[in-house]
Amino acid sequence: MKLEARILLVLGLFFAIMGTVYWIWSGENAGGMMIIAGGLLGFLPGSYYWWWSRRMPVRPEDRDGDVTEGAGFVGAFPGTSIFPFTLGAGAFFAVLSLVFGFWLMVPGLGLIVWAAIGGVAESRRGGTQ
Amino acid sequence: MTAVISPDTHHDDAHEAHEHHGPTGVLKWLTTTDHKIIGLSYTVTAVLMLVIGGFFAELIRVQLSAPYEHFLSFAQYNEVFTMHGSIMIYLFAGPMAFGALANIIVPIQIGAPDMAFPRLNALSYWLYLTGSITMLSGFFVSGGAANFGWVGYAPLSNAANSPGAGADLWIGALLLTGFSAIFTGVNICATVFYLRAPGMTLFRMPIFTWNLLVTSILILLAFPVLTAGLIMLYCDRHFGTHIFSVQGGGVPVLWQHIFWFWGHPEVYILALPFFGMVTEIIPVFSRKPVFGYKGMVFATLTIAALSLGVWAHHMFTTGTVLLPFFSIMSLLIAVPTGIKLFNWIGSMWRGQIWFSAAMLFAIGFVITFLIGGLTGIYLASPPLDFFTHDTYFVVAHFHSVVMALVMGGIAGLYYWGPKITGYLLNETIGKIQFWFLFIGSQVFTLPLYILGLRGMPRRMAVYPNNPGWQHLNEIATFGAVLIGISTVLFVVNILVSWKKYPAGDNPWDGHTLEWFTTSPPPHHNFYRLPQIRSERPTWDYNHPEAPALTHGTHEEK
Repeated sequence: MKLEARILLVLGLFFAIMGTVYWIWSGENAGGMMIIAGGLLGFLPGSYYWWWSRRMPVRPEDRDGDVTEGAGFVGAFPGTSIFPFTLGAGAFFAVLSLVFGFWLMVPGLGLIVWAAIGGVAESRRGGTQ
Repeated sequence: MTAVISPDTHHDDAHEAHEHHGPTGVLKWLTTTDHKIIGLSYTVTAVLMLVIGGFFAELIRVQLSAPYEHFLSFAQYNEVFTMHGSIMIYLFAGPMAFGALANIIVPIQIGAPDMAFPRLNALSYWLYLTGSITMLSGFFVSGGAANFGWVGYAPLSNAANSPGAGADLWIGALLLTGFSAIFTGVNICATVFYLRAPGMTLFRMPIFTWNLLVTSILILLAFPVLTAGLIMLYCDRHFGTHIFSVQGGGVPVLWQHIFWFWGHPEVYILALPFFGMVTEIIPVFSRKPVFGYKGMVFATLTIAALSLGVWAHHMFTTGTVLLPFFSIMSLLIAVPTGIKLFNWIGSMWRGQIWFSAAMLFAIGFVITFLIGGLTGIYLASPPLDFFTHDTYFVVAHFHSVVMALVMGGIAGLYYWGPKITGYLLNETIGKIQFWFLFIGSQVFTLPLYILGLRGMPRRMAVYPNNPGWQHLNEIATFGAVLIGISTVLFVVNILVSWKKYPAGDNPWDGHTLEWFTTSPPPHHNFYRLPQIRSERPTWDYNHPEAPALTHGTHEEK
């Protein structure tokens, strides 16, 4: 976990330095802002991982772990689910409504809401299978 | 379904637990959350897009084979080159890189039962598919498909200069595929960070998985910027904002900043996964561990870090960018890329090379990428770029790069295809396909470099005042035909080899975990796992007698 954190933090630090140098040197706001924001994307998850890596034991995958240590319950993975397709279809209609008319937002939003409710309910049951 | 990773000793019992019963047929395809089936859907869709985009490429080459050809009208030509670029970049290369083989191979390489968010993974595919349909449907609306080039520069892409639904469909398609990419990036990051098998430390991960992790971080940095830019463009077109138009106080060059802030990292988002595939293939077929493992990883990270500071080398001639900064950063990227090239050569050096089809494509990748990479170094220098900007020299440069990536992708399909389907592809047809593709790529791109230096501009349908350009264009068209034949040979190979040559679990004597499981892998990938103590766990398991040698030595000391 420490290594993951370090990679993100070093990337964030690099972008912060590069963004500052670029912004001061060029005086161009869009690019300077975008690189600094890139730095934030390094710092935000990076510092979260760092915070956690100091508060948890070293995971088996971060040391010479034995395969048996990973045996057992990993997580509940839904075996099958229709809701990704429903959500995708809803997004499709929503985007088409930008082109062909706002009425397409009605089926689009309908599918999205259905997928959101259905997907959450499915997660509570722990997947369909 | 609950995933259980079982130790080596209990695999017979675990076999029963892994049996998966679900819907079949179309319903299985619609409802699956299995990363292997989603990855296969990605692969089939992306290859289909390659064929469509390649067909448009052939149309362009036919049009340019004579100075005043009437094969396509000017309007059709604009649509065709726009859609060729858009399909190849947004709908083929990107999804092929981080959606197709990545989806199938990354979880298996780190010993995970699936991606971290299986349903999000399925959503990524549906957004990609609907995005592809959205973009292609531009051909069926009045006014035709988008015709402002794959970069959609303002003010050409505004409502006055590009009216019609085709342009809006293009924007909508990029919104959908952009979100698809972002979700895949989140998924791969979470999978690599949280679902590795015990013992699989970060510095034991296969280079392919490393490259996909870095690619995913780059996706998260770059794609939201494009999505934001597209929303601004849509608002300019329909809601009366003036973000990119001078009339209302906007800045047209801002679109170029936003677009290329996504666009140049995108080049590495496309390239890094294929670098990873080749880095997997070359050591396996050289019978050696990869040369300079950590050097490869740090080179990948350095490329990613630098790639955020090079976008404006596409904009040197706008006269509004800081030339020395972008020139220095662009030239610096050559250093980690050079490290990778030397490491590929080092991996082959004094190995027992097996020239299988996959290995040939990988070597073809290295050579073609070297040509594309070196000409990229010229373009990073502003004086040279002022001379060659918007000429066929640039077109030749990035076509060398992407033809290399196509070779890398096909190498990956020959290498991992048996793992995915359980059946090998025909090696002889594969080798013939390689020579058509490799020779065709060079015959296609090399004349374009000369044409560029002679001043032939991009995106021109005719060149009646410069008939001297015809011969080189004819040679390039001939190269494009060879590439087309290689694509047909690939389809023929799939048909000829259909369920004919059973592969077995480990046909290449591979190094990494995917060669430890069955072909195709079971529902949650593994019945058992080996101990992971190096970056080659499967090799260590199969060759306990083989000592770990330092590079350059021949025998155990």
